[in-house]
Amino acid sequence: MDTTTDSGSNAQADRPERLDRRLLIERLSSYWLIGAGLFAVALFALIVLTLVQQSIPIVSEHSLLEMLTSSNWDPASEEFGYLPAIVGTIYVTVLSMAMGTPIAILAAIYIAEYAEGRMKVIVSSFIDVLAAIPSVIFGLVGLIVVVPFVGDYLAPALGTHSIGLGIVTVSLVMAIIVTPFMISLTVESLEALPDELREASLGVGATKWETIRSVLLRAAGPGIFSAILLGFGRVFGATIVPAMLIGGQTAIPESPFDAGETLPSLIVNDFGELMSIPLTQSALIFVGLLLLVIVWLFNFGAMLVRRRLQRRWQY
Amino acid sequence: MTHDTVIRTDDLEVTYTGKREVTALNGVSVDFSENKLTAIIGPSGCGKSTLLKSLNRLHEIQPNAEITGEVYLEDDPVYETDEPLPEIRRRVGYVPQKPTPLPVSIYNNVAYGPKIHGDYSREELDDIVETQLRKVNLWSEVEDRLDSPGAELSTGQIQRLCLARSLAAEPDVLLCDEVTSALDPISAEQVEETLADLKEEYTIVMVTHSMEQAKRLADDVIFLYLGDVIETNDARTFFENPQNERTQEFVEGHAAVEYDDGDDTAPDSTADAPPAE
Repeated sequence: MDTTTDSGSNAQADRPERLDRRLLIERLSSYWLIGAGLFAVALFALIVLTLVQQSIPIVSEHSLLEMLTSSNWDPASEEFGYLPAIVGTIYVTVLSMAMGTPIAILAAIYIAEYAEGRMKVIVSSFIDVLAAIPSVIFGLVGLIVVVPFVGDYLAPALGTHSIGLGIVTVSLVMAIIVTPFMISLTVESLEALPDELREASLGVGATKWETIRSVLLRAAGPGIFSAILLGFGRVFGATIVPAMLIGGQTAIPESPFDAGETLPSLIVNDFGELMSIPLTQSALIFVGLLLLVIVWLFNFGAMLVRRRLQRRWQY
Repeated sequence: MTHDTVIRTDDLEVTYTGKREVTALNGVSVDFSENKLTAIIGPSGCGKSTLLKSLNRLHEIQPNAEITGEVYLEDDPVYETDEPLPEIRRRVGYVPQKPTPLPVSIYNNVAYGPKIHGDYSREELDDIVETQLRKVNLWSEVEDRLDSPGAELSTGQIQRLCLARSLAAEPDVLLCDEVTSALDPISAEQVEETLADLKEEYTIVMVTHSMEQAKRLADDVIFLYLGDVIETNDARTFFENPQNERTQEFVEGHAAVEYDDGDDTAPDSTADAPPAE
């Protein structure tokens, strides 16, 4: 095979054999890759099928509409109302995104467009470290710091009452978890923009802020939108923090300072003790299916919006 | 030069400090005359873009550029000045090499500058947009689709849109950074025609890789080589009777050009597209 030392004629003779081998590897490699791709699809199908199959008992015994709109969750007496957990999930998601998104975008603009030199390195590495902390640690710190803060200071300051555990507490902690994550992604989309865009805008006399507001935020818009959606997905599917900090109340919360339940925390908190009752197991698995479908619909809608933004704000 | 100088540099020295220090301009003093098109030519990485951008301080968006010397715009200093930077950049407009539409509609690409700088009514803006688009020979191609994204035009149309966008801010000087190098020959020709029209009315400074383009368009030529001005002259003298030996070689096309192994920190060394014919 060593064609460098051989004479020309020898190399010629080697070539067909070598070529055959290369073509064989080429063909095999496509098989492996197809195999790996199909495996992923199969795994996905398996998960969906399992969830669907395991959800059948509860869906066949209780009306779907009734379960989604009933606020009574009492598995012992076969009452499976999901509404408290649905409301809790919406509360937590909306509150943490409302707190996290503006901060994330402003911080990302600072890092991508204003910070320079050492400052930029320091700030962005802290953000990266923050984004990499396992959420259970945030849960623990939340228990020690945020729970007393909300119970003893924030709620009384706002003229209401809280035991500390509850929706606001979870939302605060979840906002702290997703913000660095959204910052990183937003910084990436801003830094991926070509300098020509900045030059084009500054070159007609725009200020830096005008350039950011009317040009860069639009051009990076689809990327920032994705960052927000990924953050949204993380909050929506968050399990451990709500399970630790929400207080496990399956009643519709009257105020954000109340304890509650989210869909994922409902699964975790009820799983261990109630799996022995088949119908409850099915009810909880149905929650999983519900989560999956909502995330799907959401991603699909997000894709459509993103496409529109990409067309409108192309550069 | 007999014409009035609009903008000139005085012993301008630019150094990019970074991992490796690169001096992009080595004490450059040149004049740019009113309502003339001055071409800056020279091999890649010789500081052409740096010189161009230093005229409105646009190189400052690179964090590691250091500059000494001064630029005078109508005798007002550009660096040692109280005049706000955005106003300097409005007076000295810049068109990037790569056709770069802003992420807004065709209309708003042109109206971008006027909306920032003035308080115009919708009718006045409509007028400005039409006037500027006519100036760059784009109006007839886009008049019925002003609201569609600028990026949906062809690259040649986009480059003319960029010219219109710069003109709409009513600059005294227009800087064009190899504005045809990313274009196909036909689009490049259209942009050249536009520039030929515009130079009657505007002071244009244009960086180009193409000797032919400089011959066709330029009134004056500055030949830059490794950060030094080798020769500056009116175009006819420059091309027909170059005073410097190196200019002679470069003009004749067999210049013994030593490329400085691509360490130009300024975005100058990209896309050496063939000259448009």
